[in-house]
Amino acid sequence: MTIPGVVGILVLTAAIIALAKPVGSYLYAVYDGPRTWLEPVMGPLERRLYRWTGVDSKHEMRWTEYVFALLIFNLVGFIALYILLRIQSVLPFNPQHLPDLGPHLSFNTAVSFMTNTNWQAYSGEATMSYFSQDMLMIQQVLSPITGLCMAVAFIRGFSRKNADTLGNFWVDLTRTLLFVALPVLLISALVLVAMGTPDTLLPYAHVTTLQGGHQLIARGPVGAFESAMQFGDNGGGFFNVNAGHPFESPGAASLIFQMMIGVSIPVGLTYYFGKAVGDTRQGWTILAAMMAMFVAGVFILYHAEVATNPLLAQLGLHGPNLEGIDWRFGPALSSFFETLTTAVSWGSTAAANDSLMPLGGMIPLFNMMSGEVIIGAWGVGLLGMLAFAIMAVFLAGLMVGRTPEYLGKKIQAFEIKMAVLAMIVPTFVILGLAAWAVSSKGGLAGIFNPGPHGLSEILYAFASGVGNNGSAFGGLGAALPFYTWTVGLAMLFGRFAMYIPALAIAGSLARKQTVPAGAGTFPTHGATFAVLLIAVVVIVGALTFFPALALGPLAEHFQLWSGHVIGGGK
Amino acid sequence: MIRHTWTAVRLFVLMAILAGFIYPAIVLGISQLTMAYQANGSLVHYHGRVVGAKMIGQSFTSPKFFHGRPSAADYNAAASTASNLGPSNPALVKEVKASLALVLKQNPGLRASQVPMDLVTSSDSGLDPNISPQAAYLQVPRVARANGLPVSVVRALVTRNIHGRFLGLYGEPRLNVLELNLALVSLVKSNGS
Repeated sequence: MTIPGVVGILVLTAAIIALAKPVGSYLYAVYDGPRTWLEPVMGPLERRLYRWTGVDSKHEMRWTEYVFALLIFNLVGFIALYILLRIQSVLPFNPQHLPDLGPHLSFNTAVSFMTNTNWQAYSGEATMSYFSQDMLMIQQVLSPITGLCMAVAFIRGFSRKNADTLGNFWVDLTRTLLFVALPVLLISALVLVAMGTPDTLLPYAHVTTLQGGHQLIARGPVGAFESAMQFGDNGGGFFNVNAGHPFESPGAASLIFQMMIGVSIPVGLTYYFGKAVGDTRQGWTILAAMMAMFVAGVFILYHAEVATNPLLAQLGLHGPNLEGIDWRFGPALSSFFETLTTAVSWGSTAAANDSLMPLGGMIPLFNMMSGEVIIGAWGVGLLGMLAFAIMAVFLAGLMVGRTPEYLGKKIQAFEIKMAVLAMIVPTFVILGLAAWAVSSKGGLAGIFNPGPHGLSEILYAFASGVGNNGSAFGGLGAALPFYTWTVGLAMLFGRFAMYIPALAIAGSLARKQTVPAGAGTFPTHGATFAVLLIAVVVIVGALTFFPALALGPLAEHFQLWSGHVIGGGK
Repeated sequence: MIRHTWTAVRLFVLMAILAGFIYPAIVLGISQLTMAYQANGSLVHYHGRVVGAKMIGQSFTSPKFFHGRPSAADYNAAASTASNLGPSNPALVKEVKASLALVLKQNPGLRASQVPMDLVTSSDSGLDPNISPQAAYLQVPRVARANGLPVSVVRALVTRNIHGRFLGLYGEPRLNVLELNLALVSLVKSNGS
């Protein structure tokens, strides 16, 4: 590890924490405050949208109605995208004359972008016309804003008393688009273009290189796309190699800018949460627990990457692992980015995760297996983290023999059942599908790297799908029908089997009376609770996934450091 | 139910127009009007012809030029890809071994321990435009000989083209291989005349 590397990581971490308050305060103004400074521009547009679409903005929804509206909106997006991908060749803006997508890939891609996973079983520049990229971008704007609505509704479960309702989904959705998404997208797209990301409708450029060779350079309307993909924590890249492509991230400055916009809403939400429930210490405690786990992950990954691969040391080489790392980022920034985009349910990559050292690659894997609670994305991660918080107060209550409370609400059997459901379903889906993959021909056919690393590839795919992350160990044959369908299912379970129970908790909590805090109330702010929360996340994550991790990355680590390659062949 | 479905369809269409047409059209318009160079891919011109894009690596194999990193995409800028080889994969060792042998053959007198990792491993994008200063310096004797230039002049050229870290902290000290080779070509021209 180098001094600039370590200092750089600490400075970026501080910058991320500094975003929480301003972003959170702005979110409060959007959802609960009287007005934001964008009101004069967006206010009239907002009211017009309600009029055109028949939305009664005063109407309040119970949690079931809220979920129904959300599901139907997602379904419309899914159907539209599926159809447009199937008929790409007859649609405009296709200068490279790319053909239609098949049913497997269209299903997988439409689910992927609707659930904010943005798992890509295709190579962007070789598959998607400019029109299709634009359709994918629409989902990269609309799917995170539905996620944010879920979190806002969930938080209302805590902040409301004796209430039957959680707000109006259409209003939350519209306000998120107009006051949060569009203004930031517009500005950040222009910043990205200024730093070197193209934004053009011209076809790919044919050039004769300096040495006299021929090079075809893919380009397109990348700036607007990149902005949406990163601000919304989507991570579905324009090009095959995602943010590692020099046009998506021309340099360290561009990559850091993308990190900051991508992490702004997730960390801002923790402050918003504290403010909405009337005690900002609650939000800071959650954020502290998240950032502690995040920084530990960055340093483990960075530490693993700077060691010389023992197999290459045998050739007389020494230096960090640079296979799959672009030099303008180097090991430190790449480690930070890969940890951040998996701690956030984001999935953009600027390095080849499949080529990370075994313990390095385990960090993104663990981040996703935690249920994406370490930082979370537009809403969904905070939801998971609060489910863990409910679990933590329940465990603390068991230890001292009191009825658990969280933020003045009594936690009872229904809430615990739903929280357990939200935690168990993803675990079951990841391990179940991975077991199916390694015991079937279709699953084994997709493995690229031999030995324990092959198992890591499969675990990574399903963890990424369930966590709605979308990053990949890129060697896996994700376009095979087996994986398009199984990962497609994993994405649907990950999104809905996790978040419908969470909204059920919110609906139940909103109905409850608040109990005033007494001398016996277990405080849910401060270091003790943060440590307890981390312990619950790590223990639940570690206990359920440890056997699988032992057979994958850990086995590869020990085998590699004993100086052996995998036997090769069968 | 039906009312919500109808609302969902209408709202989806209107939001798709805002997010999918109006927003990208504004970005495209402003970019093309005020930043056309970046917006069209930062294409580099040399003597009136386009020779590449500034941040996209290209293949250099002639001894007269500085070489970039190995590329899993073979520097095909319409098919970016990484090798995705895992750290314990024998195929990785084989590839690195071959890259190392090539570097040692092209630059006689070097030992393996003097070769930096970036010059023998393939990048994430397959289009990495950069190499480390160490990787550039070790090619100086070869490039100088092939172009009939003094070693000290080529060495100074490399030093002049090193870019530092962003804010002194982020990324690594690096050279852009295309930029370096363009500077080299100009140097050869001015020395020859």
